[in-house]
Amino acid sequence: MKDTPKIALDGVKKRFGSKVVLDGVTLNIAKGESLVVIGGSGTGKSVLLKCILGLLKPEEGSIHIDGENTLTRSGKSRREQMARFGMLFQGAALFDSLPVWENVAFGLMKAHGVKRKDARDIALEKLGRVGLSEDVGALFPDELSGGMKKRVGLARAIAADPDIIFFDEPTTGLDPIMSDIINDLIVESVRDLGATTITITHDMASARKIAHSIAMLHKGQIIWQGSQDDVDNSGNAYVEQFIHGRAEGPIKMAVRKG
Amino acid sequence: MNFFAIIGRFTLNALAALGRLTLFAGQALGHLARPPFFIRNISQQILTIGYFSLPVVGLTALFTGAALAQQIYVGSARFNAESTMAAVVVIAIVRELGPVLGGLMVAGRVSSAMAAEIGTMRVTEQIDALVTLSTDPYKYLVVPRLIAGVITLPFLVAVANIIGVFGGFLVATQRLGFNAGNYLSVTMNFLEATDIVSSLVKAAVFGFIIALMGSYHGYHSSGGAQGVGRATTDAVVSAFILILLANLIITIMVFGS
Ligand SMILES: Nc1ncnc2c1ncn2[C@@H]1O[C@H](COP(=O)(O)OP(=O)(O)OP(=O)(O)O)[C@@H](O)[C@H]1O
Ligand SMILES: [Mg+2]
Repeated sequence: MKDTPKIALDGVKKRFGSKVVLDGVTLNIAKGESLVVIGGSGTGKSVLLKCILGLLKPEEGSIHIDGENTLTRSGKSRREQMARFGMLFQGAALFDSLPVWENVAFGLMKAHGVKRKDARDIALEKLGRVGLSEDVGALFPDELSGGMKKRVGLARAIAADPDIIFFDEPTTGLDPIMSDIINDLIVESVRDLGATTITITHDMASARKIAHSIAMLHKGQIIWQGSQDDVDNSGNAYVEQFIHGRAEGPIKMAVRKG
Repeated sequence: MNFFAIIGRFTLNALAALGRLTLFAGQALGHLARPPFFIRNISQQILTIGYFSLPVVGLTALFTGAALAQQIYVGSARFNAESTMAAVVVIAIVRELGPVLGGLMVAGRVSSAMAAEIGTMRVTEQIDALVTLSTDPYKYLVVPRLIAGVITLPFLVAVANIIGVFGGFLVATQRLGFNAGNYLSVTMNFLEATDIVSSLVKAAVFGFIIALMGSYHGYHSSGGAQGVGRATTDAVVSAFILILLANLIITIMVFGS
């Protein structure tokens, strides 16, 4: 018998007004698996994560986590479920009224009842793991560079040792060395904490390093999914074009040539 | 488009907005009594709404009370009724001008700031982030503001009333030659408990309106910086109108019979 997948999406559809963004996404992610989702800009990768988190409500389809339907949950049970999630937002989404360390410690204090002082120690430790010193902990988010914000967002996502973590473009805006440190951190989260992760990235080097499997989203559907070893000989023209970053191919970008 | 279609569309939009607002208020009130309570946020809001509004509210009341006394003196002198001036001033201030002007000044300061702050949190996904950190945005953002609004406005209005009456007193005694003791005793004699209670009730209602409009428009803002700008304006305008409407309703209920 096959184990229940940690996360299972079936025929998920999401549109905004008349614009269809997700058009029947079906995806299974096993416990402890690291899935990387690739796909062109604006294809709905961030929307996909928000649907799984319950921040957006799909019009059709079902989403199960540990075999439980998330779309019908509400209130307390939903919050309990959230406490097991960590999310790095594409734009970091730090609380700008709170200092950096409190951003990182927020979930610990609010959802896990950790005392302020202990939460602070944990927060500073997590900040250390993304290469930020204690001094940074005392700053406010608007005093940070883009890449620093991203790393604080990352520290916040992993602060409570969640068992499901979503990273929306974790290495965008980071220098290559820091990118690699972040990649290692994601690999460690999966290996040491046994977390199940979905990472969205445009950075193929990063994808190769962290992915067990890769899925490609195009026109609202998963058009290819396979292990990361197969990505180089996927036999799928869309995947080929994407991973080699060619302008020519089946994926047509809506740009006008002068 | 014909005239009736425009009216119809306007009415439908207005009803939809009213529905959304009612739902929002219902949600927020539902969270009011249930823990967790974010005490830190409540006290911070009390400070922003209350303490930092004191200068504005105080000055408004002082100038208005003084001008009012001058006008009423001129008006009542025509009927040789100058002795009623103190009574008219205190009643006008406590029943109407203190709460209404205080409420409007605070609405201008606070509703806009709330809408801008919560609106920015919305468009930068900070509200989504709150949810992913198992924190209910109504509890964390809206409820503390509502509580703070309802608690602080009565204090502010009480201060406004006192300063407003004092403004009238200054003009009467310094400019118009009234006897200070006399003026104060007329003031005290004419002021009734109903006046004070209705004044404070109005203030609490206005505080609720101010916080509700700021939170509601911020929470539902969309479309980047422009959307936040629109939310800010909408918050102030709707708070103004609702305060004036609520004031009319309470006045009729309390003093109309
Ligand atoms: N709240 C919203 N309201 C309306 N449309 C939205 C909303 N959020 C996303 N969209 C639309 O959905 C589409 C997918 O957006 P999404 O942010 O998921 O793209 P993405 O795949 O993450 O792109 P990128 O790689 O550039 O981050 C876009 O066309 C966007 O315009
Ligand atoms: Mg995105």
